[in-house]
Amino acid sequence: MYKILKYSFYDLIRSRWSFIYLLFYLLLGIVLLFLNSNLSNAIVTLLNVITVLIPLIGTIFGVMYYYDSKEFTELLLAQPIKRSNIFLGQYFGVAISLSISLIVGLGVPFIYYGLFISDKIFEFLTLIIVGTFLTFIFTAISFFIAISFENKIKGFGVAILVWLLLAVIYDGVFLIFLVYFEQYPLDMFSLGAIMSNPIDLARTLMLLKLDISALLGYTGAVFKKFFGTNFGVILSYSVLIAWTIIPIIGIVCKSNKKDF
Amino acid sequence: MITFHDVKKDFGKLEVLKKINLKINQGGIFAILGPNGSGKTTLIKSILGMVIPQSGAIKIHDQNILKQWKYRQKIDYLPQIANFPANLKVIELINMIKDIRCGNCREQELIQLFRISPFLDKKLGHLSGGTKQRVNLVLAFMFDSPLIILDEPTSGLDPVALITLKELIIKEKKAGKTIIITSHIMSFVEELSDEIVFILDGNIHFQGTISDLKEQTKEDYFEYAIASILKENYV
Repeated sequence: MYKILKYSFYDLIRSRWSFIYLLFYLLLGIVLLFLNSNLSNAIVTLLNVITVLIPLIGTIFGVMYYYDSKEFTELLLAQPIKRSNIFLGQYFGVAISLSISLIVGLGVPFIYYGLFISDKIFEFLTLIIVGTFLTFIFTAISFFIAISFENKIKGFGVAILVWLLLAVIYDGVFLIFLVYFEQYPLDMFSLGAIMSNPIDLARTLMLLKLDISALLGYTGAVFKKFFGTNFGVILSYSVLIAWTIIPIIGIVCKSNKKDF
Repeated sequence: MITFHDVKKDFGKLEVLKKINLKINQGGIFAILGPNGSGKTTLIKSILGMVIPQSGAIKIHDQNILKQWKYRQKIDYLPQIANFPANLKVIELINMIKDIRCGNCREQELIQLFRISPFLDKKLGHLSGGTKQRVNLVLAFMFDSPLIILDEPTSGLDPVALITLKELIIKEKKAGKTIIITSHIMSFVEELSDEIVFILDGNIHFQGTISDLKEQTKEDYFEYAIASILKENYV
């Protein structure tokens, strides 16, 4: 698996798109820091960009890479390599190279601005951790979808639909629920709903870390109480890990059954 | 030795292999013949584990190959359509496969033989069909394995490369290897193969030597003999 990972990783690192992705984060970081001249504000703005953009880029890169390297995959399948290792190697190659773009792209301007001498280092670290999780989760989901659909257009469509559902529609439906059932106690429901969408979970984790949960009103207080405890934090990260592992298991199962 | 025992495969409603029973002995050249869409490539890919049969067993040296992968160390495979990653250079691809598979390689000898040294630094996407096929052949023969599977090896080759290929196949046979070939070019098959397997609509209709086939169909020419099996089954 390591060799496949190495080649996918080098292949992507050399590609123009990873470079553009890296450059985008660099620019975004620089612009936000020098316009805001405040680390905390920059982190909040980044949070909004990251929770939508990372899943989208992860989805697109994952699907594109899978379909683009199909011929090469077929060549590899005839070699003495375990099937699941081919796909896992490619997946980790994509996910790691995207994560490096994110970490380097945001890390450089923040460190240059004086992250290490500020008290916001843990907020920034949470942002990076959450961003990396989202990269791994959405790349895995998109790989799973791409393996499941032979037709490129169909695979691409379904992957984008899943992104749209989790990044946009989910929140809308959630909000409608909250408004409609206003009369009822919805704390547990909200907690459950947030836990079951990795984007919402990432956003909530970050908001609570930033101490602006007061903006969320009463629900915010409940969340603060829940996520503030060790149990809450461990549970949230466990859920993020589960969101990463389940699609990866899906990739392994699907790839073992597929005909090429 | 490769044995197929009641191997069945369908893709949705399309039954590609219908309970295939087949035995391929060690040593010699075996040709798998049949019209387009008869299941030749599926048969070959199931030996490699790229296609997973619904039922039945495929054994190589009495070892079931289902869900195994190490046995592929002893197989060289030439895929039918040489689609390579377009932005890799020829030499990069060769080194990469070498690195992944690590074994004793003889790529230099083959690069000379198939005259691809002028193309080593070119990107694979820029090569002509015939040159790609030559690169494909180098990759396939590189590892010196005891079992060689060639899916349409002649496609796109110029006469010089074709002769080189024939000589190489004969040399490999003399070294005691088992070579499985699918081809549409009858003269190529007639010249090389020791035994043929004729497959039609997922069933095996004939297995034996070319002279057996001629005797059975009472035809003097190989091409006519093949045509007569086809006619028998289609009328």
